Amino acid sequence: MEAMVVSFLQGALGTAWPTVKPVWPLVWTLAQIVLIMAPLLLSVAYLTFVERKVIGWMQVRIGPNRVGPWGLLQPIADGLKLFLKEVLFPAAADKKLFVVGPIMAIAPALAAWAVIPFSPGWVLANIDAGVLYLLAVSSVGVYGIIIAGWASNSKYPMFGAMRASAQMISYEVSMGLGLICVLMVSNSLNLSEIVMAQSKGRFASYGLDFMSWNWLPLLPMFGVYLISGVAETNRAPFDVVEGESEIVAGHMVEYSGMAFAMFFLAEYANMILISAMTSIFFLGGWLSPVAFIPDGFHWMAAKMSAILFFFLWIRATFPRYRYDQLMRLGWKVFVPLTLVWILVVGVWMMSPLSIWK
Amino acid sequence: MEFKTILFYLFSTITVLAALRVITARNPVHAVLFLVLAFFNVAGLWMLLQAEFLSLALVMVYVGAVMVLFLFVVMMLDINIERVRAGFWSNLPLGILVGGLLAAEMAVVLSGRYFGLANLPPQNLPANYSNTKELARVLFTDFAYPFEIASVILLVAIIVAVMLTLRKRKDNKAMHSSDQIAVKAKDRMRLVKMAPEVELPASAKEGDKA
Repeated sequence: MEAMVVSFLQGALGTAWPTVKPVWPLVWTLAQIVLIMAPLLLSVAYLTFVERKVIGWMQVRIGPNRVGPWGLLQPIADGLKLFLKEVLFPAAADKKLFVVGPIMAIAPALAAWAVIPFSPGWVLANIDAGVLYLLAVSSVGVYGIIIAGWASNSKYPMFGAMRASAQMISYEVSMGLGLICVLMVSNSLNLSEIVMAQSKGRFASYGLDFMSWNWLPLLPMFGVYLISGVAETNRAPFDVVEGESEIVAGHMVEYSGMAFAMFFLAEYANMILISAMTSIFFLGGWLSPVAFIPDGFHWMAAKMSAILFFFLWIRATFPRYRYDQLMRLGWKVFVPLTLVWILVVGVWMMSPLSIWK
Repeated sequence: MEFKTILFYLFSTITVLAALRVITARNPVHAVLFLVLAFFNVAGLWMLLQAEFLSLALVMVYVGAVMVLFLFVVMMLDINIERVRAGFWSNLPLGILVGGLLAAEMAVVLSGRYFGLANLPPQNLPANYSNTKELARVLFTDFAYPFEIASVILLVAIIVAVMLTLRKRKDNKAMHSSDQIAVKAKDRMRLVKMAPEVELPASAKEGDKA
């Protein structure tokens, strides 16, 4: 792809090319970033719309249908409204950190996309330690919430921040331990290689590729990862961080306008990120489910959409977890389960019954 | 000047400034956040040294977990900064001594005369060299036993730390969520089978009233 663009530019610019050449890597990387960010932010905007529609239908309501045809311009109108609103600073707030909070929330949510492969070769940075990078960057996201909660200098945000830090750290543990099983069977930390490792296996040789993906042999880990992902993004039924019946909106209480919207953008970008990660680690990324249909990005998009629908579905279905039960689920159910399953997978891989040879 | 050199000076400048602010910031929460910034930039420096595993592990473990808990604790403390600073001048000589010792030891290591760092061949690593893989190979073959022993010691330390802080109050009436979840419907409600009560005919009722 890059070679094509370069040769086209050489032809188009002619003698001006040598002056562009030194900054070309920078330009090319920036162009790729825009190519990832623009669709991502658009999907974030429309995910909020889809969420309201889907939950509306599940509750036998209509959902937004006034702005534009079928209400399709609703997210644009919401964005415009939030842009035009004033960002208020509470008098007792720590002004600098009050601004840093939303930035710290959204930056990791976007930075993590650098290593996500969308299709063979369609990746911004195909690094060897891709999984580590993802874990490292997504673990920084909790700072946004904590800083926002503390800088607001108000009671509810403080409670929200305390809940967030405890919850996100707890579920990061089970998420990371669940991923260890995936790393063991794929024998790599590179995300593209993890996807390709799922294209081999007995069922794949019969043409039933979807049975060879990691979700089946690592089924408990798939469940743990998905549920921890919901908890990690503070979505219902794990949204005690911003539970409106208890602490109004948690860390976001004192925020208004675009600063408030940044937390929302971060939450939805994180949801899309978790769905992309789940489809890469457990559902074969861009691989097609059966051998006779070609692979491609559309498969990854379909899998991500299915997981996102799952996120919305459980939000409309389940009541909110109580805080102590949420902690119990994380530490007393998921962590022991993942630890045992790591052992099981280790023994399985060493035994003659191993399917990952 | 190579771009890497610019990055090195950028990271190291921010690291040094952030580290200075850690000890000069008046607000403990700001100090912790500056420490996070310093960690982040050190991770950048390690990345420049092609130690990507260590660098990402630093961000994941220290920035992502340890410092979050640190912040969590510091956020809830009401530290009186004046009282903390009270003994500054009397403790200064000791501080200078420790700092000087640290600097001297680092100079001994980094100058390389005694540790043979200067004799190391310059590393021109191939493009497909995986730092993580090499580290794992050494850790799980040559140093397998020390590694396992270290992990067991850490596990013991975790359990001891939990046990030391675990206090049960006798008058604690908190619910155990495990017990609550384990409750079955039949523990709470008993369905009893009984014969239906026969309704009296209308004439009999009237007779009662009279």
